[in-house]
Amino acid sequence: MSTDKKKLKVATTSLAGCFGCHMSFLDIDERLFTLLEHIEFDRSPLTDIKTVSPGTDIGIIEGGLCNAENVHVLREFRQNCRILIGMGACAVNGGLPAQRNHLPLTTILEEVYHTSPGLSNGMIPNDPELPLPLNKVHPIHEVVKIDYFIPGCPPSGDAIWKVLTDLLAGKEPELGHGLMHYD
Amino acid sequence: MSHTFTLDGKPVPFTEGQTIMQAASAAGIFIPHLCYHPEFKPHGSCKLCTVKVNGRHTASCTMRAAAGMVVESETEEINAERRALTQMLFVEGNHFCPSCEKSGNCQLQATAYHLGMMSPHYDHFFPNRAVDASHPEVLLDFNRCILCSLCVRASRDVDGKNVFALSGRGIRTHLIVNARSGKLGDTDFTLADKAAQVCPVGVILKKRQGFAVPIGERRFDKAPISATAETTEER
Amino acid sequence: MALNDMHAEAVAGIVDRVVARWRRDPTCMVQILREVQEACDWIPPEAIDRLQVTLGVPRTKIEGVAGFYSFLYTEPRGQYRVLFSDNITDRMQGNRALMERLCANLWVERGKVSEDGLVSVGKTACTGLCDQGPGMLVNNMAMGGLTLERIDAIADLIRNKVPLADWPADFFSIQDNVCRADILLNADFKPGEALLAARARAPSDGLNASNMRSWREGLPSGIGGPAATLDEIKRAGLRGRGGAGFTTGLKWEACRNAPLKAGQQRIVVCNADEGEPGTFKDRVLLSRCPDLVIEGMTVAAYAIGATRGFIYLRGEYRYLLDRLNAVLARRRSENLLGRDICGLPGADFDIEIHLGAGAYVCGEESALIESLEGKRGTPRNRPPFPVTNGYLDQPTIVNNVETFAAAALIALNGGEWYAGIGTKHSAGTKLLSVSGDCARPGIYEYPFGVSVRQVLDDCGAGDTQAVQVSGPSGICVAEHEFDRLIGFEDIPTAGAFTIFNNTRDMFQVARNYVHFFQHESCGFCTPCRVGTSLLKNLMDKLHYGSGSPYDFAEIEKLNQLLQSMSHCGLGHTACNPVLDTIAKFRPAYDKRMMQQDFTPAFNLDRELSAARQMTGRDDAGAHLATEHGAQS
Repeated sequence: MSTDKKKLKVATTSLAGCFGCHMSFLDIDERLFTLLEHIEFDRSPLTDIKTVSPGTDIGIIEGGLCNAENVHVLREFRQNCRILIGMGACAVNGGLPAQRNHLPLTTILEEVYHTSPGLSNGMIPNDPELPLPLNKVHPIHEVVKIDYFIPGCPPSGDAIWKVLTDLLAGKEPELGHGLMHYD
Repeated sequence: MSHTFTLDGKPVPFTEGQTIMQAASAAGIFIPHLCYHPEFKPHGSCKLCTVKVNGRHTASCTMRAAAGMVVESETEEINAERRALTQMLFVEGNHFCPSCEKSGNCQLQATAYHLGMMSPHYDHFFPNRAVDASHPEVLLDFNRCILCSLCVRASRDVDGKNVFALSGRGIRTHLIVNARSGKLGDTDFTLADKAAQVCPVGVILKKRQGFAVPIGERRFDKAPISATAETTEER
Repeated sequence: MALNDMHAEAVAGIVDRVVARWRRDPTCMVQILREVQEACDWIPPEAIDRLQVTLGVPRTKIEGVAGFYSFLYTEPRGQYRVLFSDNITDRMQGNRALMERLCANLWVERGKVSEDGLVSVGKTACTGLCDQGPGMLVNNMAMGGLTLERIDAIADLIRNKVPLADWPADFFSIQDNVCRADILLNADFKPGEALLAARARAPSDGLNASNMRSWREGLPSGIGGPAATLDEIKRAGLRGRGGAGFTTGLKWEACRNAPLKAGQQRIVVCNADEGEPGTFKDRVLLSRCPDLVIEGMTVAAYAIGATRGFIYLRGEYRYLLDRLNAVLARRRSENLLGRDICGLPGADFDIEIHLGAGAYVCGEESALIESLEGKRGTPRNRPPFPVTNGYLDQPTIVNNVETFAAAALIALNGGEWYAGIGTKHSAGTKLLSVSGDCARPGIYEYPFGVSVRQVLDDCGAGDTQAVQVSGPSGICVAEHEFDRLIGFEDIPTAGAFTIFNNTRDMFQVARNYVHFFQHESCGFCTPCRVGTSLLKNLMDKLHYGSGSPYDFAEIEKLNQLLQSMSHCGLGHTACNPVLDTIAKFRPAYDKRMMQQDFTPAFNLDRELSAARQMTGRDDAGAHLATEHGAQS
């Protein structure tokens, strides 16, 4: 990696995820400093920047799509990032949230708001400010083109480091035994 | 009398009647597979073990070895095709590894690791499949079934019980159990059955035993699936 | 409770009667289930209870078989079960409007059973009535030439619960529509002639030319006829008419030479599971010249030393069953079947008809044998091949209906005569099932070597864009190829010849065929089971106007995977219609790739439908921009 190159702009977000992958991202520990010699963060929970700048080089998406807002954010990333990386099991196949998929959404909403007491006075919230949930939770590659994936729940810091450094080195990312995990 | 064929350029000895898979395993060479199990009659349905024999695709678990055969297995092309099949199996069912007790001991997962499957690629079917908890000792989670029919063969050929069978056709093919209620609890299935030990994925699970081995110490945490030609379950 | 007991008792009575008729033989499972269903309208759990006991087979096996075949129901489907044929030709003839009309008339939703349990209306694969469509099946009985008036009349009959047997007979009349006849369809053939000719043909050179082991073992001693007959078949250069074109003489010889274990016998199977969409010539052969076909089977039995035969008749041709059984009975009475045929001591051969139950894959010979054995119709691993390890592990030949008919004529007139007809590598004639956009659809028998253009001229096709030869698993021939010839050296065919004029959308043709293969995949192997479904979804995505070049590339990759990794011919050929139409009718695809960029796999806005309904919202935030058109 040459240091005199312009730093790559990286944006990250968590959609229908638990931020566990972001925690894992921080697990690359002191290597973050090395990384920061090559990249700078744009929109990310780490910077608190709220929109993705056009011309961002790499977007890293944690989580799948469970509601309309997730879709908007994902599309914003796709529009503004040259490379999109899906990070973690939920981005890859919907993960834990997608385990609601065998239930009809109507049943879920009824159970949560009508049957169980104490929520929203027995009404399903309909404030336009709230994003509507999708009928099913979907992995992100079903809605926009995703260039790379880092599987894992969460992927280890080492796995994330490996994929990012492979990419920075212009190589096809590869995770060998030990780094490749779906759980 | 022993003959040889070549597998990826290396001579592999075989005895009369052996399949390519059997000869390769005996020689310590790993060919990915899911529906094949050394103790049962080869089935040839998952197609993960497909190799090229003299340039033609064929399942190595059902193809008898012959002297002078030129077999290709570990090529970029074939592994890409195997990866695609694995991805098909992932999107066809509901495979959520983080919440599966079999994770780390699962052949589907380990095979996908071996093939470098970074994502399932295809659009998910998210089928609606049931879980059967009716049996006192065993849980059936059909979400993970890959239709390898190993339990069918084990129950029929070893246990003599016919507890399992495949029904339906095409994409609606599914596992059924031998009871009018359709519940495992109403069959004569027991934990001692061979069929209880052969599931390569997380469909047939012993109850009250989940996640007994910590992450890092499970079968395929310790060694990749390719490191062992033997595929019988470690429990 | 008492009612339930009575019901169970009645069902048990039916089951016992059916099981007794099939000799309590579990290998007849498909036939037993089919007949139980004919009596009960479905296969109730009580029937399976009883079958378990009387046949001594586990429930899993019974349910596994019942679940495989489209025409066997383990849930009630109504007293009247209407299935509209949904081949591309039925579509072109307007079957959709008819189906909607019937559903509206009967207040029933497509695919569901009416609330009173009276009727269900659904669709099924090609019923082999393409020349007289649209077609349909009511309780597996075929009807063609449907019109709105006919549909209204049928709705009245169903509403009034008129038994099927009392419906007007002309509703069920099926035409042969023979438009061009040659040696087969013109044959002035008297039952028994071919057998007598075969018996008479026992010269010594015939004896020397063939392997003699099997006839010494399994055939009347001292008779040279069998070997000589086999020689004639070889001399004729007869090749299988089911599409693959394997040399019939070689197949028969391999079977004849296969060793028999103790208690085994050789088997002759007639493959009348004519499931390839657009093919209906076997229906006409069986209806017009059944004796020729059955005699051909008997000649085969004579040549290879077989004592048992089967006709595997597709379930859609149920209406032919009783007629064919009558022909078999007559031939037994004429000593052309049964023991000591034609007075030849030890020449024993008899035929049983097994009916399919809605599974295209059973046209594949090893799947057909599995079905004959009462199992799920899953193609076997090969080798071993049926000629050595076929029906119940016995040496078995499986040949097409037309092959047997030709064999009978060869036995009668000699191989030389036959070899002189057609071309060098394709001896004899071929029956073509002509349908689609032409003035005179029907059966055309030509010597091999006829050009596509000649057939088009003869049947009055104008403005032709393409011809699908040999059905979806065959090839799609475009205008610049119309001078190509029908024959094994150019365009081999099982007989379908489906014509599309310039108003037809070849993408929709391919999409219809992709749906067909998805429905008919047996589910055994991963690539075909999942791949055909993925392919169907992608073709539908293109159809709904949301396809992009990315999806197109995915289709091409899937095609390749299906071809290389599938277990049997179904998977290998499932992508043929797509590959052909992409190569030859690319604009039909380009027109559909309306999106430049990657598009979602599903309709995003529709993914919010449940939430919109539950919250009553319809504001801008309650919608998502989507590239998808309206989806069904």
